[in-house]
Amino acid sequence: MSTETHDIAVTVNGKVYKRTVEARLLLSDFLRHDLLLAGTHVGCEHGVCGACTILFDGAAVRSCLMFAAQTDGHNLETVEGLAPDPEHLHPLQEAMRDCHGLQCGYCTPGILMTMKVFLEETRAPDEAQVREALSGNLCRCTGYQHIVDAVLLAAERWRR
Amino acid sequence: MTTRSFGAPVTRNEDARLLSGRALFVDDVELPGMLYAAFLRSNVAHARINSIDVSVAKEREGVVAVYTAEDLGDYWAPGPLLVPPPPIKDVTFNQRTQVPLAKDKVRHVGEPLAVVLAESRYIAEDALSDIALDLEPLPVVVDLEKALAGGSARVHDDVRGNLAALVRQGRGNYAAARARADRVISRRFLYDHGMSSPIETRGIVGSWDDRAGRLTVWDTTQAPVFLRNGLAGMLGLSERQVRVIAPFVGGGFGPKIMLFYPEEVVIPWAAIKLNRPVKWIEDRLEHFFATTHERGQTHDAEIALSADGRILGVKDVFLHDTGAYNPYGLTVPINSQCTLLGPYVIPNYDSTFRAIFTNKPIVTPYRGAGRQHGVFVIERLLDIAARELNIDRAEIRRRNLIPPDAFPYNNEIIYQDFAPLSYDSGNYEPILDRALEMIGYHRFLAEEQPRLRAQGRHVGIGVVCYVEGTGIGPYEGAKVQVQNNGKVSIATGIGTQGQGHFTVFAQVAADQLGVSVRDIDIVTGDTDQFYWGAGTFASRGAVVAGNAVNEAAKVVRQKILKLAAEHFECAEEDLEIIDGKVSVVGVPGQSVKLGELAMKANPMRGAVKPGTEPGLESTQYFGPSGGSTASGVHAMIVEVDPQTFTLEVLKYVVVHDCGTVINPLILSGQIHGGVVQGVGNAFYEQLVFDEEGQLLNASLADYLLPTSLEAPRTEIGHTVTPSPLNPLGVKGAGEAGAIPVGPLFAQAIEDALGLAERKVELNEIPLSPTRLFELASQQT
Repeated sequence: MSTETHDIAVTVNGKVYKRTVEARLLLSDFLRHDLLLAGTHVGCEHGVCGACTILFDGAAVRSCLMFAAQTDGHNLETVEGLAPDPEHLHPLQEAMRDCHGLQCGYCTPGILMTMKVFLEETRAPDEAQVREALSGNLCRCTGYQHIVDAVLLAAERWRR
Repeated sequence: MTTRSFGAPVTRNEDARLLSGRALFVDDVELPGMLYAAFLRSNVAHARINSIDVSVAKEREGVVAVYTAEDLGDYWAPGPLLVPPPPIKDVTFNQRTQVPLAKDKVRHVGEPLAVVLAESRYIAEDALSDIALDLEPLPVVVDLEKALAGGSARVHDDVRGNLAALVRQGRGNYAAARARADRVISRRFLYDHGMSSPIETRGIVGSWDDRAGRLTVWDTTQAPVFLRNGLAGMLGLSERQVRVIAPFVGGGFGPKIMLFYPEEVVIPWAAIKLNRPVKWIEDRLEHFFATTHERGQTHDAEIALSADGRILGVKDVFLHDTGAYNPYGLTVPINSQCTLLGPYVIPNYDSTFRAIFTNKPIVTPYRGAGRQHGVFVIERLLDIAARELNIDRAEIRRRNLIPPDAFPYNNEIIYQDFAPLSYDSGNYEPILDRALEMIGYHRFLAEEQPRLRAQGRHVGIGVVCYVEGTGIGPYEGAKVQVQNNGKVSIATGIGTQGQGHFTVFAQVAADQLGVSVRDIDIVTGDTDQFYWGAGTFASRGAVVAGNAVNEAAKVVRQKILKLAAEHFECAEEDLEIIDGKVSVVGVPGQSVKLGELAMKANPMRGAVKPGTEPGLESTQYFGPSGGSTASGVHAMIVEVDPQTFTLEVLKYVVVHDCGTVINPLILSGQIHGGVVQGVGNAFYEQLVFDEEGQLLNASLADYLLPTSLEAPRTEIGHTVTPSPLNPLGVKGAGEAGAIPVGPLFAQAIEDALGLAERKVELNEIPLSPTRLFELASQQT
């Protein structure tokens, strides 16, 4: 059993957390169970489903494929940091609600984080681009159609 | 309320919580002193257990306990039979249900043998490798036909021929119909249905409050009430001592209604025994073995027709793989047997199935629940008949549709809900017409396909029909209550896995009570909030619980009007309820808020009239006399790459009749999602077992769920034939999208590749590029 530990200081949603973590602790478990940021969900723990996607220095990554120890000195964003305040949603969240882009909502945090980066890089996407960008995130409820609609609507609102 | 919310595309009440990461899922439950469980599972499909030595595991630092079947003592028992066989004459049924931890034998890969409770999941998993296990491998039962043969190994030593069940049902006289038929067509069909694979796996948290003598269980179940009742019984507690909460659940699709999974038996027991909260979360690898599947059936089917394509009769003999145990009874194969009849007049029917035990994980309903298998058989038989009789594929279907004046239509066999298979209502031809129009059927065949073929493109069209028995009993209930703050609270016993219950139930009540959908708070799946109920399955939530909400809201409306009439000293007919207020019609300023009335209905001092019930509240139950039958047609245009055999769906159309629509936005989401699960089943998802009963593709990298690139954009049309069996006129819609996709793919791909001309038929699902290559390359 590995008991090697690391001291880390990581910024999550603008707040600095200092913790001592086991070397083998997955970033997804660290976020969910140590920092109690349980909005990041775990679906497969082998990097396929995308539910655990967060932003690592602005890039979308799968938190189940990283160790907490790798985040020392880095800047993370999770779904909890997406909305500007508790009373309002991010435009992408609003579009997901308006288009019925979620059903059980379990894959949704990973999709939001993936699409946030995509829309920042691609301001006027077409449907094919959205589907390509979304293809690393599995959703078992929606059939994706309303998610695609939501991302296109968010992009349109953003441009306006 | 000036606008009606029932029937409107209202966005969902639950979304803000889900979108901001604030919704509670089972793995989000954190309790002080919590222990974490990991299960040791069999890595072989069939073996005798010689010994399990857990002594080293117990010594590992951080391990609190390790248990095997022996430790469970008298608590150890096979699980309950959830659905007994329906009252069908001469049924053979051999009940063998799963056990909490395997005792003498293991019967499928993944069957649990021991559980470790430790201070972290990491330590618990470390300790699994400390357990010394001596298993003596036994011959493995995998193939259905071999399983039945004499001399086969036995999954259960006392069950000859591995026969779990034998059921024959029918109507009329098939032999006589066959004797006068102009054409008889016989084929073998293979239909393999995969697993539901919700993105959230299963999970359980158990917490025992020793002072209060109460157990609280958070579970990803679709059936919290029955979980509570069963746990109380097994643990020797009263139901009031057990609270089961199904919080937000990350997709269900059927397997989460199965109970009792071994972990559901072991975790609450361990929480009580150790007097500490215990959490178990299934990992994805476990999910492939520890959560139930659907799987294969082999049908030998025959259709007898007149020369003009009328169905005279159908005979079907099929084998059903039920896995190592059969806790869900006959539901899946009975659904196959019944749903084969579809929307067609089939006057003579003779259907026999054998359910077979195999050394594979358990089979229980997964979205469609066996209906797919039956629909595949009849739709493929009609395709072949159309070709042999030189009748258009849509036309042969039209000629056999049940006419609109024939409802209620009795098929004279017994359905999964123990009632005769009777279709309450329907009007099928307009659905077919609408689908043909939306897909451009005739123009495609006459103009586009010849043009595309001339360009060397392989583009084909398909059209298939189906019915879906939905909204079955027994019953659900709902409690509707006006709160002192003027908002409305509704509690119901069913759990929710994404169906939009927080919104559609609010829509049902909103119009009755004159409040906004946003001012209605819904509680589902908490047995302390609502005591009674059956669960979320068989496309029944909106139908059964929705009508219970409607009944309760009607009573609360009467209570509001009665109290307000006393308040204003006027007649109830002079009152209206709008925007959370009761007003006297035509008298501006004469109004009272619902919250004020709620307070009035619960006076703190003074006297009330004898018989007065406090509050603006009502609990009502609804149990339909039978299931309501939804129906639909799917049509598709698909292009096949003749080199790689990959597909591109160019157009996909669903026309659907689920009676009165509560929320078209949520309904379309249900259909889109169902279609894509159907697409996965038809072309991407297959559970591949080897002859040792090992699942060879137990990861999401190998078991291919459709992504946004494989999912077609679906166009939806509706027709509305209200159900006469419930006051709202609704029928279920949860499974409709998924049911007919297999035969649609087979038909359209055959058409695209011109396989019929080469006498190649696609009589199996799932297909795949590889399988299509193999089949299309056959020389006939």
